[in-house]
Amino acid sequence: MKAKLFRLAVAAGLVAVACAAQAQTPIRIGEINSYKTQAAFLDPYRRGMELAVDEVNAAGGVAGRKIEIVTRDDSANPGDAVRMAEELVSAEKVDMIAGGFLSNVGLALADFAKQRKVVYLASEPLTDKIVWQDGNRYTFRLRPSTYMQSAMLAPDAIKLNKRRWAFVYPNYEYGQSAVATFKALLKAGQPDVEFVGDQATPLGRIDAGAVAQALGDARPDAIFNALFAADLSKFVREGSTRGLFNNASVVSLLTGEPEYLDPLRDEAPVGWLVTGYPWYAIDTPQHKAFLAAYQKKYSDYPRVGSVVGYSTIKAISAAVEKAGGADTEKLVAAFTGLEFGSPFGKVMFRPQDHQSTMGAYVGRTVVKDGKGIMVDFSYKDGAGFQPSDAEVKALRPAD
Amino acid sequence: MSFSGLTVQLLNGLADASALFLLAAGLSLIFGVTRIVNFAHGSLYMLGAYVAWSLTERLSSVAGFWISMLLAALAVGALGATIELVLLRRMYRAPDLSQLLATFALTLIARDAALYLWGPEDLLGPRAPGLSGSVVILGRLFPQYNLLLIAIGPVVLIALRTLLAQTRWGVLVRAATQDREMVGALGVNQSILFTTVFALGAFLAGLGGALQLPREPASAGIDIAAIGDAFVVVVVGGMGSMPGAFIAALLICEIKALCIALGDWTTPFGLTIAFPHFTLVAEFAVMAVVLVLRPWGLLGRQQETARASAASTAPFTPAGSLTKWGAAIALAAVALLPFLVGGDSYILVLSIDICVGILFAASLHFIMGPGGMHSFGHAAYFGLGAYASALALRRADIPMELALALSPLGGALGALAFGWFCVRLSGVYLSMLTLAFGQIVWSIVYQWDAITGGSNGLIGIWPSARLASKSAYFHLTLALSVAGALLLRRILFSPFGYALRATRDSPLRSGAIGIDVRRIQWAAFIIAGTVCGLAGGLFAFSKGSISPETISVGRSVDGLVMVLLGGVETLSGPIVGAASYIVLQDVISRHMQYWRAALGMFMLLLVMAFPGGIVGALRHRFTRT
Repeated sequence: MKAKLFRLAVAAGLVAVACAAQAQTPIRIGEINSYKTQAAFLDPYRRGMELAVDEVNAAGGVAGRKIEIVTRDDSANPGDAVRMAEELVSAEKVDMIAGGFLSNVGLALADFAKQRKVVYLASEPLTDKIVWQDGNRYTFRLRPSTYMQSAMLAPDAIKLNKRRWAFVYPNYEYGQSAVATFKALLKAGQPDVEFVGDQATPLGRIDAGAVAQALGDARPDAIFNALFAADLSKFVREGSTRGLFNNASVVSLLTGEPEYLDPLRDEAPVGWLVTGYPWYAIDTPQHKAFLAAYQKKYSDYPRVGSVVGYSTIKAISAAVEKAGGADTEKLVAAFTGLEFGSPFGKVMFRPQDHQSTMGAYVGRTVVKDGKGIMVDFSYKDGAGFQPSDAEVKALRPAD
Repeated sequence: MSFSGLTVQLLNGLADASALFLLAAGLSLIFGVTRIVNFAHGSLYMLGAYVAWSLTERLSSVAGFWISMLLAALAVGALGATIELVLLRRMYRAPDLSQLLATFALTLIARDAALYLWGPEDLLGPRAPGLSGSVVILGRLFPQYNLLLIAIGPVVLIALRTLLAQTRWGVLVRAATQDREMVGALGVNQSILFTTVFALGAFLAGLGGALQLPREPASAGIDIAAIGDAFVVVVVGGMGSMPGAFIAALLICEIKALCIALGDWTTPFGLTIAFPHFTLVAEFAVMAVVLVLRPWGLLGRQQETARASAASTAPFTPAGSLTKWGAAIALAAVALLPFLVGGDSYILVLSIDICVGILFAASLHFIMGPGGMHSFGHAAYFGLGAYASALALRRADIPMELALALSPLGGALGALAFGWFCVRLSGVYLSMLTLAFGQIVWSIVYQWDAITGGSNGLIGIWPSARLASKSAYFHLTLALSVAGALLLRRILFSPFGYALRATRDSPLRSGAIGIDVRRIQWAAFIIAGTVCGLAGGLFAFSKGSISPETISVGRSVDGLVMVLLGGVETLSGPIVGAASYIVLQDVISRHMQYWRAALGMFMLLLVMAFPGGIVGALRHRFTRT
């Protein structure tokens, strides 16, 4: 009897210790990104993540546990990214993975997640395929996709009522699908449009002068642009020197993001219709709180990367809280339909394709005090810029 | 397209050509005299742009702008001289291409240094004062600054020609380009000559970068694009020929401008050709065509072999029984790895990558070391192997094992086609033609969405159920890598292997004793391509997905680095090189923020300590004592 009691006591003690240990081990998030090759976006992204981790842990963590991120650099190489993911899962014992900037890296990680049954929150890659053609049960995506961002621009573009459109975009999947989506939506809303020129430029190596002239020679009434980063700067400078934008309206993807607008300084384009992030003028309480906390911690203003990094951690925390832990199957269930608060307001992971409804701001660019900013902007909730559920269902393989 | 539109597009091309020529002229000069394949030339160009940006921020007056341009170029020139004095000078006697490794390490360091000093954001410089607007040409606005660029190219060309033709220094440089030992024997101080040449080359690169600032923001990515373009121009023009480089730059830029001007063009049969897409590879396609037609570039002459590098290395020695037993025991130990570290360990994942790397490096070494053909585009066969397997699995639903067996075929077919052209060239021209073919394959895979998945690549390429566990796949990779490496080794000790070595050491004499030089070299290409294709197939199934990155220049360079790090002159070199490079990169990138710089530093140290590669140096030490 005594021995039995003793054994019971020991067992109870072991259970208690195990529970305590469970409560103390942090939730570990493995984060993989092209930190060195895409530093302009990912430095602020890392800061956003760290801010959110601090906030979550200061508030006592989630499900009784602190959170912890382990970051890895994939050097913009899908093969290395998969190796890092293996390392994070098997050696670092992370509970889930997140990150991925380039679309090919994102897709490689998504497929890894499916194969190894690990939850993957794709924070930045824009490719539509990651939630549609190549979507899977373990992968969720935070940032608004190429489709969504192009769709956000389409209504205002149709209102411009321009007939002759020309297109310039980086020659890879992002640029191609942005243009394809935009053309389809434009044609649907305004059947008499005419497409007068396509310039697909090698990523990072645009011949801006020749491209600007070729576009001008096509005499378009409006131009759709999907260039970003250095390509954008070169194109804007050549285009304005050559008077390309005098007679044509421009509708432009991502150009209002501080990452891409700020390097242009006082030469930022004026009057372009863009998607972006006007951090200086967003008047919602959620964003004000985020902005204040970010500026206090870093004495710098946030970029889109900061918002994405911050929201990544907030989304994961919300999912862990909802799942009551980090069990993979419970996390999948928790992420599906999950609602959480981001600096842009309430965001939801759509059950039908695991895409979040995080939106973007659409507005017009002006130059003020020697800097490009967005004005007359409004927030476009991502929920409203999706193809029909039937179309999504047809695209996405069943789990 | 109107005549006036075309004319102005050709002017655009002219401005681009001038900028490109500035970049390439320095590289051509440096290679001509020192025979250094200066990989860091793009980094010097990038630093020129960054330094110029910093200076223009401080000197914002009209004169300040132009002074900034000049000062930036001078600063980069001084940096070039320092690099030559501190680093490269120690390496002129080192085996071929170890300078390439050193300059590659410099690019890694330069990129992280730029990130550290100037931050991650693109830095758009000011417009050139006085030339910020445009002029009307044929009814179109044309940037004034482009007119300046159009003038600068020919001015620099004439200045360089005069310098080389009319000054004593120029005479010595030309003499050194022809026969540097003879110049040394005649009492010319080669050290000063080399340093000044390197400094002038760096100055031109810096000037090119600085003058680009009004057209292009300074960013940490421009070095890669710059170095690729510069090499192409130098080779198409003919190494060491300044007018050649100018004509090549002109040819490439005009073709690009023309492609952009043509836009989409529908043939009478309803097929639409999107000419702008062609700009992705225009320069490499031009290079392939030029080299096939003119093996030494447009204005180049047959390369004089530098006497020092003609000294051939001792033949490989077959392994003694001690080595054989040692290797067998080591291999058995490695095969037991899954039982030692556990079936789910990361060490297995890393080991799979190492095995793939070894196979890749060994196949490259096969044509590079004993074959003497330095392939700069070896990733082509790797990628073709990987895509052959992936396409077989995904598009034709062929079982995984069979799909893997198709990968060597993919590599072989590529080598069969490209090798035939490559073996007709020699030296750097051969290297650049392999690079061109690599880039052409890359661009096709990158753009052929329907078949290859385009830039996103293909996913869902996993091993079959019985090979799905890490230990099973590790054993498969280990077995195939060892088999591949042993096969290559066996071939090198066969009559074919000796014939291959003979073609490297003296093509002329080999021909005289009845060896069909080109045929032997072509066969070597195909063998290397076959083995490399297998490495690609193994890689694809280990990652579950592939993208055009498998064919990229970066991967080709990785292969070169592995072989050079281990040592070209030994058979175990690529094995040691691949393993140490992969482990180094893995460990350093996980533990350091500026890991690229750290990796570069470490590689520099290795190159300095072991000029002939790790294995080469160790062997040297052993045999001497």
